[in-house]
This record gives sequence, C-alpha cells and structure tokens, in this order.
Amino acid sequence: MNKLNFLQPDKNNLSTYLYTGVFLVALSIFIVFLNSFFNKDLISFLPGTISFFLPLILGFIGLHLIRIDYSGMKFLDKVNKNINTNNFNAFLSLLIIFVIIKSLPPLLSWFIIDANIAGDSKDVCTGSGACWTYIKIWFNRFMYGMYPNAEQWRINLSFIALAFLGTIGFFATEKFKKYLTLYYVVVYPVIAFFFIFFFISGGPIFFDFSYGIIAAVISIIIGFFIPSKFKMYYFIIVPITLYILLKYVFFYEELIELGKLEALEWVETGAWGGLSLTFIVSFFCLIFCFPIGLFLSLGRRSDFPIIKYFSIGMIEFWRGVPLITVLFMSSVMFPMFLPEDMFIDKLVRVIIAISLFEAAYVAEVIRGGLQALPRGQYDAAKSLGMGYWKMHILVILPQALKLVIPGIANTFLALVKDTPLIFVVGLLEIVGMLNLAKTNPEWLGFAMEGYVFASVLFFIICYAMSKYSYNLEQKYKTER
Amino acid sequence: MNIKKILPQLLTLLVVILIFGFFSYNAQVNMENRGITFGYGFLSQESSFDVQFSLIEYDGSHSYFRAYLVGLLNTILVSVIGIVFATIIGVVVGIARLSNNYLIERTAAVYVEFFRNIPLLLQIFFWYFAALRALPLPQDTEPMFGVFFLTIKGFFVPAFVWNNLDIFIYSIIAAVISIIFIRIYARKKQENEGIQTPVLSISIGLLIILPLLSFLFGGVGATVEVPVIKQLSQSGFTYEGGIKLPPELISLALALSLYTATFIAECVRAGVQGVSKGQKEAAASIGLTPNQVLKLVVMPQALRIIIPPTTNQYLNLTKNSSLAAAIAYPDLVLVFAGTALMQTGRAIEIVSITMLTYLSLSISISIFMNWYNKKIAIKEK
Repeated sequence: MNKLNFLQPDKNNLSTYLYTGVFLVALSIFIVFLNSFFNKDLISFLPGTISFFLPLILGFIGLHLIRIDYSGMKFLDKVNKNINTNNFNAFLSLLIIFVIIKSLPPLLSWFIIDANIAGDSKDVCTGSGACWTYIKIWFNRFMYGMYPNAEQWRINLSFIALAFLGTIGFFATEKFKKYLTLYYVVVYPVIAFFFIFFFISGGPIFFDFSYGIIAAVISIIIGFFIPSKFKMYYFIIVPITLYILLKYVFFYEELIELGKLEALEWVETGAWGGLSLTFIVSFFCLIFCFPIGLFLSLGRRSDFPIIKYFSIGMIEFWRGVPLITVLFMSSVMFPMFLPEDMFIDKLVRVIIAISLFEAAYVAEVIRGGLQALPRGQYDAAKSLGMGYWKMHILVILPQALKLVIPGIANTFLALVKDTPLIFVVGLLEIVGMLNLAKTNPEWLGFAMEGYVFASVLFFIICYAMSKYSYNLEQKYKTER
Repeated sequence: MNIKKILPQLLTLLVVILIFGFFSYNAQVNMENRGITFGYGFLSQESSFDVQFSLIEYDGSHSYFRAYLVGLLNTILVSVIGIVFATIIGVVVGIARLSNNYLIERTAAVYVEFFRNIPLLLQIFFWYFAALRALPLPQDTEPMFGVFFLTIKGFFVPAFVWNNLDIFIYSIIAAVISIIFIRIYARKKQENEGIQTPVLSISIGLLIILPLLSFLFGGVGATVEVPVIKQLSQSGFTYEGGIKLPPELISLALALSLYTATFIAECVRAGVQGVSKGQKEAAASIGLTPNQVLKLVVMPQALRIIIPPTTNQYLNLTKNSSLAAAIAYPDLVLVFAGTALMQTGRAIEIVSITMLTYLSLSISISIFMNWYNKKIAIKEK
C-alpha cells in the first residue's frame, strides 16, 4: 500500500481516490439538487455562509481527487480532459453545473408546471407560471396581424404555393437543371411578387392577376407547338398580347360587372401584420437587395469614375446611417419629395428603404469576394476574349459569390432581425403586434409570455437560416 | 476616349440628376403649398418641450440646438456604456469559447447563438417591458451593499461630491504623461542595451500613487452622497440624492451590450484562432515563456485580426442605439427626429441633420480604421 497524498493524487491508489472523489462530487450535486428541486436543505445546521459554499467546496475537493493523469479508465480520462484539467476549470465546471441545477426548477415551473394553456380568458391564469392562454387567444393576430379572419386562407395558400414553387429545384430533371438559376433569380421572384401583391391584397387588382395566369397558361400550352427557332420571340410577345386582349377586349365588360360582384375582398396593407408580414417584408427585401447590392459592388470596382464614385457614395451613405432614420425618412421626409397627387403605399416605401439599406451591406460583402479573387482569373478571362459582362457572369461572380456565402447569409439574417423596426411607420409585424396586445386592457401583464414566444420564433427562424447557410458553404466549398 | 466609355457614365449622371431634380422640384412645390421656407434658422428658436433625462442643463426655454445637443449626448452616453460592457462580456465569452473545458465552451456557445439570433428590438422590449417591470417599487427595495437601489423607477447609485476635483484630474493627467515617457524610455533602453523595464507594474504604481498623493497633500476629498428614500404622495416614493439611472437607459444599455457582445466574442475567437500554431511553437522554441508568447507573439497578431471587425461592431452599436426611440429613451432620434420634428414640421432639415450626424460619425471612424489598418498591416517586402 502506497502512502496516500491527498494533495497530489496519483495512479497508485486509484480506487481510493476515485471512490472518495466521486462520492464527494455526487454528494455536492445531490445537496444542490435536493435544495433546488425539493426545497430541502440537508446542511442547514451549518452557519449561513458555510452551508452556502459547502457543495462547492466538496465538489471541488472531489474533482481534485479524481484528477489523475493516464488513469487507464477511458471515461475518467475523458472527464478530466474535458471539464477538469486544472483547479480553475474544475471550479468553473462545478459552478456551471450548480447554476444549471439551480435554475432548472424555476424555469420549468414557469414554462410548464405552473403554466396555463386551457380556457379562453384571462381568468384561468391564476398560477405563478406563464399564461400560454394569452398566446393561444392572440395567436391568430400574432400570425396575421389585422388581416380579416375569413380571408387568412389567402396568406396560407400563397405561402404554401411559394414554398412548393421554391422546392421545384429538387424535382428538376437533368434537362431543366441549367435553367434553374434563371428560374430562381428571375421567374420565382416575379411569381412571388404577383402572388403577394395581387393575391394577398386582393381587390379589383386581383383580376389582373387572374388574367395574367390565364394568359400564361394559354401561351405555355400553345408554346409546345411553336418551332424552337421562334420560341424566344413567342414567349416575349404572345403572353403580353394575350394579357392585354383579355384585360381590355374580352373581359372588359365582365370586369365592370364583376367589380360589383367582388371576387376577392381588398385588404389594405395597413391591415397586414404579424409573422406573415415579417416574412413578406424580409422576402421582398431579400430578393431586391441582392441584385442592387451586386450592381453597387461591381460599380464600386468599375473603371468609370462617375459610376465608381456614385456607387461609393450610395454604399457609404446607407451604411453610415441607422435603419431607423432611414425609415423615418421614408415615412416623414419622402412624401415631401413626391408630387402631391402621387401616393406610394407604406409597405412599398418600407420595402424600398430596407432593400436599399441592406443592399449597401450586401455590396460590401460581395466586394470582399471580388477582391479575394486573384488577378489571374480576370486576366485569363480577358485573354479568352471575354467582354466585361461575359467575364463577370461566367468567371468572376460564380467564384466570388461562392466565397461570400457566409457574409451574405449574415446580412440576410440581419435583415430578418431588422424587420421589427417597421413599427416606425406604423406597420405592426409580430413584435409590433405583441406591443399592441400587451396594452389591451383585458390582457394586461403578460408582456413576458409574448416576448418569450416571439424570441423563440425568431430564434428558430434565424438559427435555421444560419445552419442552412453553413450547409451551403460546405456544399460549395471548392479547393483552391 | 471612346463613346463606349463615356456613354454609360453620362447615362448614370443623367438619371441621378433627373431623380434629384424631380425630388427637389416636388419638395419646393410642396413646401410652398404648406407655407414653409427651407432653412436652419429654427435651430435657435425656443424649443418649449421638456426632456426627461439630460446630461446638460436643459428645459423648454432652451433652443432647438440645445435639444439636439441633449439628444446627441444621450446617444453618446448609452453608446459608451454599451461599448464598455460589450467589450468586457465579448472578450470573456470569446475566450470562454476557446476554452478546453467542454462545459464552459458550450455555455459560451449557447449564449452567443441565443442572443445573436433574436432581434435587438425584441431584446430591448423584453428588458424594458418585461424584466425591469418585475423590479420592486422604491419603498419595497432592498438595498444592494447598502447604497445601491434597483427599483422599478430606475437604478439609484451614490454620487461622489468632490472637493478640489481639478487637482485630482491634474494628478491623473500627470500620471498618464509620465507613463508615456517611461514607455518611450523603456523602449529605447531595450533597443540600445537589451534590458527590459517592468513598464506595466511601474504604470499601475504611478496610476495609484499620484492620485493618492493628491488625496493626502493636495486637499482633494470626496464624500459619498447616498440616495435616500423620500415620500412624494400617499403611495408615491422616490429616492433623492445620488445619481438616477432611468430604466430606459438600463434596458437599452443591457440589450445593446448583450447583443453586441456576441459579435465581439466571435471576432475575438476568430482573431485568436487566426494566429497559426507555428507562430506559438516558434516562439516557444526560441525560449520565450508562455506569458511572453502570449504577450509578444500571439496578442499582437490576434489584435490585428480582432480590432477592425470589433470597431465595426462598436459602430453598429452606436447606430443601433437609435432604437432607443422605441422605449422613449431621449436619444438623438427621439428628441430631435421625434419631438422636435413633430413641433416644427421641418421634416427635411431635421431628418437630414440627424442622418448627417450619424453619417459623419461613421465616416470619420471608417477613415480612422483605414488609416489604422494601413499602419498595422504586415509590411511585406
């Protein structure tokens, strides 16, 4: 039997140290556990300060005793390596474990055990926990804002349709794969715009939408019989002609008739709100800010001085001011700049403002990618006789954009997180709706539940986005 | 010069001029219709509105320009507080993310992921409307350390009442100047003779001793004024004396620093990870101690990576402080672009002044950063 030296545990008396150490650690955790979950204090007979620190001291000694290098036990080595490398680390680890154990019961009781979700009025919320009934009752409002209940299927339908159209890339056959970029960059945003602008807002303008759909369907069907030589011209001319014919010649009378009959109720943008508005605003800003930012970044690296300094001015201006002042400008200053009879919808103004603002950030991110490309790429492309646009589209941008996926994703995340600011112009997306609901005299005092709910929603959305961007980054990573 | 080069530029110029011309023409017409004349003369007029929290003396009889200054100072105040705390939290969390302790690393990662993925506005609302509203009323507050009172009406802290404050400040300035000289001297000595002087301990000593001397011999004295509870009405209480930090300021500073700290933490982590392992090994192999490796090799290189993005985050924090308008903290946007605009109706002038203020702030910082980047960039031969 070797001599026991408790200050320097070693391998020779492994089991002694191990049993004592594990016992002490387990004891300390047990004391804290009982104290926090069952409110029983095992060591209350000790004076205040000592009983407060005793678990920490016990656990600390225990961890010190089991800190044995190369003990030969896999688990023990792993624990030592990960949470118990030295005294300081052991202390911090214990502290974290205790804080977690201590904070679990109040959190659990607030979130689940004492919380209420049944019933449909404030009266059921008597416990000390959260009142999820509040969220349940207001859920509709948090999702759709003041959008009429009977019409909410339109928002749902649009989002489902857009989500479905968005996944089309996965089903495309080899033959159509090369058109996918075109589809996602041009066609999809246009479809989305039509859906949201005409379908969700409804009103007489909805007829434009239906005529557009009819024209598109008819022209696509006829398009199969057109020789491929003329297809290009055909698809530019025929749908537009059809649309105009439908609108002004065939169905003009009907339109006036139907205007009385009403097809889809018109919902003004002021009534849009909730999470769906968050999605709409971020979606549009996202698809608009990217091309604008792309052109600004190219402009900043252009050889033409006027274009160059114009781009620099734009970028530095939007990057230099806070978004809230931009929104202020769009709401109070911008109407001064328009002719008196001209009115631009609040939502459109906000979307333009946020798009320009975020475009400046996107431009700087893309510029980083452009600068990271070696000069040889430009020279090689030029030596093949490519012009400016051909060089950028075929050689430079695919490589540069690949490099800046994380940066662009961060900008988009910032955009989604900036959407609540539209409260400045009086549009209420989910955070705005929360503040509105909070001040409802029947539902006072549930601010916490609302904010926690919205935080969880935003966390899920943003976290999913950042994980997706990470996947994209890994997928397109090429050895260079 | 060929036409291909000039045409696109001319077109751009034309479009820009057209848009600007259109806007300014409409603005002129609109202002004429409303009977407003463009001009900044209103800045010297009497403002006749009050601001709840101000660093300088201000009431309704002061000018609009004074109101602008009040807002600007409040913005600077909350930004400085936020920057200090965000840096402290960010550096600690960033280092914690590099820890080899699994629990510490995870805790820091959870903190970063959680706080950076929730909109700042939501966090501000959370602290202001939910968390700080749960604080006790002034009459029920338990003092912290006997002198701090955290109540629903704000945080009351003791204030120092100074005698001969100027001598104290002079002593600190003297300490700083002598430290600068000692540093120059130490560097020269090391370059010439290779002998190192313990600059850090001398500096700390000087910073403590000189102000202490001013207390002992310069007649500098400080008394502490502790907030005392005072009854206003039947059930209304407040504290008097000391400094009052309004809940708006606390929640704004809290949210700003917790949110920005996550980004600073990532900058710190990237910076330390960006120093290649070979550098540390090389430094160790020429016989530097671990402390010297950190101080002389790792930190200078890490700082080169850390400082530019961190400055960017400071700038973001300053710009984000404009969200104060949402919880009625009287910052530049609320006081000037809010109240003053409502009173005068001069949208163009006020919004342009507000934007220019922020713009000049960020452009001057980015010019400074460009200069700094050039200065610290690795000079390759």
